[in-house]
Amino acid sequence: MKYVDEFRDRELAKTVAEAIRREARPERTYNIMEFCGGHTHAIFRYGVKDLMPENVRFVHGPGCPVCVLPVRRLDDAVEIAERHGVILCTYGDMMRVPGTKQRSLIRAKADGADIRMVYSTLDALKIARDNPDREVVFFAIGFETTTPPTAVAIRQAEKEGLRNFSVFCNHVLTPSAISHILQSPEVRELGTVRIDGFLGPSHVSSVIGSEPYEYFAEEFGKPVVIAGFEPLDVMQSALMLIRQINEGRHEVENEYTRVVTREGNLKAQSLVSEVFELRTSFEWRGLGTVPYSALKIREAHAAFDAERRFEVSEKKSREVKSCECPAILRGVKKPTDCKLFGTVCTPDTPMGSCMVSSEGACAAYWTYGRHRDPVRRPRAKEEAA
Amino acid sequence: MNAPQPDLARRKGSVDMAHGGGGRAMAELISDLFQRHLSNPILDQGNDAALLNVPPGRLVMSTDGHVISPLFFPGGDIGSLAVHGTLNDVATAGARPLYLTAGFILEEGFPLADLERIVVSMALAARDAGVPIVTGDTKVVEKGKGDGVFITTTGLGVVPEGVHVSVERARPGQAILLSGSIGDHGVAILSKRENLEFETEIRSDSAALHTLVANMVADVPGIAVLRDPTRGGLAATLNEIARTAGVGMHLDETRIPVKRDVAAACELLGLDPLYVANEGKLICLCEADDAERLLAVMKAHPLGRDAAIIGTVTEDDAHLVEMETEIGGLRVVDWLSGEQLPRIC
Ligand code: SF4
Repeated sequence: MKYVDEFRDRELAKTVAEAIRREARPERTYNIMEFCGGHTHAIFRYGVKDLMPENVRFVHGPGCPVCVLPVRRLDDAVEIAERHGVILCTYGDMMRVPGTKQRSLIRAKADGADIRMVYSTLDALKIARDNPDREVVFFAIGFETTTPPTAVAIRQAEKEGLRNFSVFCNHVLTPSAISHILQSPEVRELGTVRIDGFLGPSHVSSVIGSEPYEYFAEEFGKPVVIAGFEPLDVMQSALMLIRQINEGRHEVENEYTRVVTREGNLKAQSLVSEVFELRTSFEWRGLGTVPYSALKIREAHAAFDAERRFEVSEKKSREVKSCECPAILRGVKKPTDCKLFGTVCTPDTPMGSCMVSSEGACAAYWTYGRHRDPVRRPRAKEEAA
Repeated sequence: MNAPQPDLARRKGSVDMAHGGGGRAMAELISDLFQRHLSNPILDQGNDAALLNVPPGRLVMSTDGHVISPLFFPGGDIGSLAVHGTLNDVATAGARPLYLTAGFILEEGFPLADLERIVVSMALAARDAGVPIVTGDTKVVEKGKGDGVFITTTGLGVVPEGVHVSVERARPGQAILLSGSIGDHGVAILSKRENLEFETEIRSDSAALHTLVANMVADVPGIAVLRDPTRGGLAATLNEIARTAGVGMHLDETRIPVKRDVAAACELLGLDPLYVANEGKLICLCEADDAERLLAVMKAHPLGRDAAIIGTVTEDDAHLVEMETEIGGLRVVDWLSGEQLPRIC
């Protein structure tokens, strides 16, 4: 495994920080949205903010797969596990996300549902092989990066004739979510969210390439820099964005050339399109219904589609009322603007999805950064008002 | 050391309820397996309670239950871990450990050959440490009601004159020392966990630290705090000290030793080595003036070869552990939320 020391070098970081300070014009602010939770995590984990001048701001976007999954889909997963008695396999963070009435997969597990944490789709396949008389459902979430492994699992199950394996597909697409944010009233009309440029998610682009971002860089006039996840990647990419903004350019640039190309991984793309097709619409937590923003399993692989295999009931799914995750995911509010932040809602007692995953903005604020952004604890008077 | 007798495993196969029934099967298990391997004059007296000679001084006692999966891992197993863990709890009170006890809860159906491996490993660990297991207990639970083997060990020790190691003695200005690289144990365990096997040469750091501690307190009796950062890793232990003593901490990430393989595995699994368990490392807080001397003492011991001064105790009303990151930013090193790894030790 290649190690990454050179992208965490203190001296280099200082040099880049100085360059940013030189180039960022003091009379303006630079609002950089990092779409991806991986960047949010890196920014907090390494204290990147400390090295930035005041007028370069990071706006946290909706790019954490755990955070954007709407409560309804989570409730459905719980129901599939409980009502249909399947073995539901899921990635770790998903276990703790609260659904309606705070019910999470971990609660359902404690109440007797067979829910198992896996580290990869291959684990889920193995569980299916080892339990031929049980139905095994893989709860698939994630952006373009995690989609190819799900496609591989479906193909593999087909090849082996595993009849007791299916996928509850919740894969979502990055470019449509970014377009959606840029078209939102907060950005377009109200001006409540200023976004001057984007850090593009590098892992996503290692699959889809940098090309899909060219459309909206052009259309919305916002520069995009595809950025790696190491702290120096983030800083270098911020510098590249600042330069573009200063020069009035809005192009897609690629900082992560060590992995990302314009075309991306064509093999993975064709695999994904062989197994999945676009949903006409999909609900995102925070963004509402976004057209053509998610994938479903194609008819040809219907046998492996948990949605077709297991009926779920009509139900009213609800988030915790005062949870501000939806606004946070659009960059409209900061975690510390939420009344519940740090009081009722902490990583031990998450009220919303943003407090669960280490890539969620609330969890990142709480875990790494709360000392600098003091928790706004509403006083009794404010509360009453 | 007596060599394990393979025919025991062949003769008895696996643990059954009779092994806990108080009859002949149980007596045989005890004499054939436990007594034979753990033999020492006090245990061999065969009394229900051990009669101990204890030197004058302040007694330290510590008990710890061991529940791990898998039971065998690179660099150790539940047996040696049960000995090391308790010895370290006694040692980090600044004490010299004298005696150990061991309680076993066995699950019906557990292979006797594996049990023997575990007992032999305990015997070796205790012998290497020079601390006998003087009394014990065995119970058998029905299949499905245990997880193979649970072991509870208790340790007894005496604190040398002039040594007062206690968490409340943490004070702003003190230096924070760490005896070696972090995360080895947790990653070694993970690498053998079902579904998660990945290639690594990392072995658990499971080890008894009392001789290292003895050297340390002999040279710097004024050591304020000693702790072994086991479950929850370095982060949890430092936060515990900070909260109990009402201080803050400032760490320097570049000084915290992490082996490359461990760092790479953590990267791959999305873990932070600061939160990964250790079984053979200790944290020490001492006056800044003593730090360099203590560091030299630690480095002279095989278990402290990679020791480092990793930070200082600060004054902070919020009791935060902060860390200057590799790139020179600042972050909070918080408690672990929930479980980073399910049931690591
Ligand atoms: S602090 Fe908790 S309740 Fe508030 S927005 Fe974040 S996750 Fe939701």
